[in-house]
Amino acid sequence: MTGATKIITPDRRNLIEDFLLDCAHDLDDDRLEAWPGYFTDDAVYRILPRESHERNLPLGVLFCEGRGMMGDRIEALRTANIYEPHTYCHVLGPTRLWAGQGETYTARTNFTVIRTKQDGAMDVYAAGNYIDEIVFEGEAPLIRDRQVILDSRRIDILLVVPL
Amino acid sequence: MAEVTTPQLSEPFNWPEEGITRVPFRLFCDREIFALEQERIFRGSVWNYLCLEIDVPEPGDYKTTTMGEVPIVVTRNLDGGLHALINRCAHKGALVCLKERGNAKDLTCAYHSWTYDLSGQLKTIAFRKGLSGSGGMPEDFDVADHRMQALRLETFCGLVFGTFDVEIPGVENFLGPEMARLVRRNFGKPMKHLGTHSQIIHNNWKLYAENLRDSYHATILHTFYTAFNVNRLDMDGGIIMADSKWHHCSYAKRDTVRNAAEYERVTSAQYDSKLKGPQLLDMVDEKGDGITHTIQAIFPSICLQYTLNSLAVRFFQPLDVDKTEIHWIYLGYQDDDEEMTRRRIRQGNLTGAAGLVSLEDGCINEFVQRGTRGSNDVNAFLEMGGRDAEPAPSSRATETAIRGFWGGYRRIMGFE
Repeated sequence: MTGATKIITPDRRNLIEDFLLDCAHDLDDDRLEAWPGYFTDDAVYRILPRESHERNLPLGVLFCEGRGMMGDRIEALRTANIYEPHTYCHVLGPTRLWAGQGETYTARTNFTVIRTKQDGAMDVYAAGNYIDEIVFEGEAPLIRDRQVILDSRRIDILLVVPL
Repeated sequence: MAEVTTPQLSEPFNWPEEGITRVPFRLFCDREIFALEQERIFRGSVWNYLCLEIDVPEPGDYKTTTMGEVPIVVTRNLDGGLHALINRCAHKGALVCLKERGNAKDLTCAYHSWTYDLSGQLKTIAFRKGLSGSGGMPEDFDVADHRMQALRLETFCGLVFGTFDVEIPGVENFLGPEMARLVRRNFGKPMKHLGTHSQIIHNNWKLYAENLRDSYHATILHTFYTAFNVNRLDMDGGIIMADSKWHHCSYAKRDTVRNAAEYERVTSAQYDSKLKGPQLLDMVDEKGDGITHTIQAIFPSICLQYTLNSLAVRFFQPLDVDKTEIHWIYLGYQDDDEEMTRRRIRQGNLTGAAGLVSLEDGCINEFVQRGTRGSNDVNAFLEMGGRDAEPAPSSRATETAIRGFWGGYRRIMGFE
């Protein structure tokens, strides 16, 4: 992903950066029902350990094919799944942005997620990077494809809230 | 098989007289017992899962793993044969293979360049004759006298097993005919990797071994199963057990669900469940026998899963008395078309660390670990479905497979 020379206007960059931050903050602040809204209707969302990504193995920790499956995830965690309460704090690094054809962009953003459990225990729950394909519908950016590449193949306890 | 003697523990351990319907909570937190399990189970008379044949498909391929706490490397020799070696240099004991997987012509210890062939035989060492006529090994040193320690290895349906025991019969005998038949049903075709991840659970490994055999909990705790009719106790299904009782297979036929009145009191069956992404549960009956769900636990530490079309090996390693790592190894058949591969990937969502139907197991066993702290003299009560450990061909409202596990555990540990 080097060598892209197409100029990205500061307005576009600001819009995309705020959009990516909003998505992370909605997850941190338990506005989970808003999460599928960051994606196009047929978007793919996949959490994949780095090792599988490098070996070209398609099946990771979580895979959503379309907004419907994303909504089902949220519905399941609200109504069906059992787990101890915890919160995430996403810390995003600066986004590297490349412009593609038309109004499409590729973005890489490193992240760390700190998890806090109900007894106050905190740990680095996940670290890695988002590789996003972003498209514009009108003036609104949307994610068409998000690969969440985890540095570690290990998940501590369980993963129920998306990253 | 060596005769099992009563273990000498600093705090004497007696199994409750009720037998396998009672399980002392001490078994989940006692470090001395944990150490004894390493010796009597993982280094004892069982076949341990090591890896898959497709982890080491080519000559020179190797894959590291552990057998209990013992580091192991499985290699494929240049002639195509498989070897299981303790991943430990014969010189000072350092790990020889450092990467999880790789390909090499020989295996060289980084510490002093002791170099082994792929069967573990020592070939050369650095400075054997010393330098400029001084130093070096004694005259009678012979590389032929030294090797990486080899284990017995056998494969069955693409699964690679190893054991320290030189006497126990082969893997198929260890499984028994019923279990072998079921492994063949699910793994009897050439396989391919779809992906893998692992999950750390903060509990003793035996709580997960129990959990896998616990068909009573599955449709209660795992509300998604029930809500979406993936697996319920009012479907045709049952528990098949090996004669040894420590392996089992639980199965269900999804299309036979009867909506039994008893489920009206199960909270998880109450909420109106319509998936917005219904393709998740789109399933093809690949075997033509109507079975839509099998969970097969093989003692001591694997489970073979075939849930709808999601095929996986779950391999769990005891890391500490209260810490276990589950490796979720997702597979397909080599002859799967694109649509089937996509289906298996989609259904990967059902299990694993983020599994819609399994993620609770990440915490429920920890709840037992935490709930039983400080209660070494108290026992679990396991009488659902009776007090024996016999197959239950028509009901899964039973703890029979858990009792079977404990019967086998008592035998091999000498806790009779």
